[in-house]
Amino acid sequence: MSDAAPKIRLRGLAKSFGGKTVLDGVDLDIRAGHGMVILGGSGSGKSVTIKCVLGLVAPDAGTIEVDGRDVLAMKRREREELNDRIGVLFQNGALFDSLPVWENVCFKLLAQKRIGRARARDKAAEVLAQVGLAASVGDLSPAELSGGMQKRVGLARAIAAQPDIIFFDEPTTGLDPIMGAVIDGLIVDVVKRLGATAVSITHDMASARRIGDDAAMLHKGRIVWTGPAAALGQTGNAMVDQFARGEREGPIQMELRR
Amino acid sequence: MLNRVAAVGRAALSVCRTVGMVALFALEGLSHLLRPPFYTRLFVKHLLEIAYFSLPVVALTAIFTGMALALQSYTGFARFNAEDAVAKVVVLSITRELGPVLAGLMVAGRIGASFAAEIGTMRVTDQIDALSTLSTNPMKYLVAPRLLAGVIAMPFLVLVADILGVMGGWLIGTTKLGFNSAGYLRTTMDFLEVMDVVSGLVKATVFGFVITLMGCWCGYNSRGGAQGVGAATTTAVVSSCILILALNYVLTEIFFAT
Repeated sequence: MSDAAPKIRLRGLAKSFGGKTVLDGVDLDIRAGHGMVILGGSGSGKSVTIKCVLGLVAPDAGTIEVDGRDVLAMKRREREELNDRIGVLFQNGALFDSLPVWENVCFKLLAQKRIGRARARDKAAEVLAQVGLAASVGDLSPAELSGGMQKRVGLARAIAAQPDIIFFDEPTTGLDPIMGAVIDGLIVDVVKRLGATAVSITHDMASARRIGDDAAMLHKGRIVWTGPAAALGQTGNAMVDQFARGEREGPIQMELRR
Repeated sequence: MLNRVAAVGRAALSVCRTVGMVALFALEGLSHLLRPPFYTRLFVKHLLEIAYFSLPVVALTAIFTGMALALQSYTGFARFNAEDAVAKVVVLSITRELGPVLAGLMVAGRIGASFAAEIGTMRVTDQIDALSTLSTNPMKYLVAPRLLAGVIAMPFLVLVADILGVMGGWLIGTTKLGFNSAGYLRTTMDFLEVMDVVSGLVKATVFGFVITLMGCWCGYNSRGGAQGVGAATTTAVVSSCILILALNYVLTEIFFAT
């Protein structure tokens, strides 16, 4: 990785819930304009890590820096300004059921009053086209959409305000392999077009290789490896290679439920 | 013995903690009513949901209660030749107690459950987290408009319940119990005091706040998927009903104890 100052820097990030340690000193640098994929098994702390960065969960210890500024020391107004530059694609889309698709897509622009309701429909149609959806989808309710379409709408919502940092939480979970590849392709396209920094969490190795420039493995609340995403499966790190190949035998102790 | 004392102590601390958290939640929700942005469309939507769509259930409850009250009080008062008091008892009971309490219980079942289920589902599907990442304060967007709508809608519903409850008594009094129509209404109006109605409307305002607050609080803090949302809904309705009955006594004491 380059020596340039990282877009996002995590140091000693720790978080426990009711005595259970989820993050145990996470150190991670995320390069500006690149895609970082955070890998890890279920319960390894991937989601909590990005929730800490997003300000949805307060860490017990550690620092989070974005563009060299300590996020945890920011005032509320500064934090809100930072959030304005961030887009998020949630695992299940997290679309608002009570709003039509077009209003979901332009929610942030409407909330920030950067756009009026009359203009929002056209803007939504533009952004929906960028993720391969027809303008007519804008009038549907999220409940009327398939899983793949919901992901696309979620992606459209994440990029509508043209953020410079985008988080993707399990972007291909619940999708068939072809739709997963389509979503990955869209993610790569929009991130490149926006010149954004992308942070994805996934345990889908094919997806990780497609959307990631860099990768990091989170295990038991700690980063155990970082390196190029293309090397996944041949990293030389037994733990990462076991995870990437989906092998049952290896250093990762998995407790299988019977 | 010590274990029992400790258990009681823990339960007491838990209750105090919950009361404190609900109070802080309420204060935060109310504080957002004073600071822009204001979600007028949402407020109007919730106002309609509470006031307009609850009208049928509140109206039917009030009418049948007034009818039953007239019938019951007539059979009771007939034992000591005090049938003339029926109109007075009906109007006093409806305006002071039954109108606000029964409307409150009906709205608690309908709106408290609805709010808790909707916000709870938003919580467990990450929609509330999504709001935070879309430059929108969830308390301002979800809670404040509901609180205001509840406080404004409930007095209106109780006023309707008062009128229909009295009319229910009048209907039975004149068609079944042999009262003269004009005489029944004149007795009602002569006996009714402004304070009777005002006290009921003040109760309604308090109940409206309690119902929306508990619906929002339980939904906002729900956890654990569908089961958690179900539990939140139950808790919202049960706690609202208990609080309505308890606060009704407190307010009656404040208004009428001499």
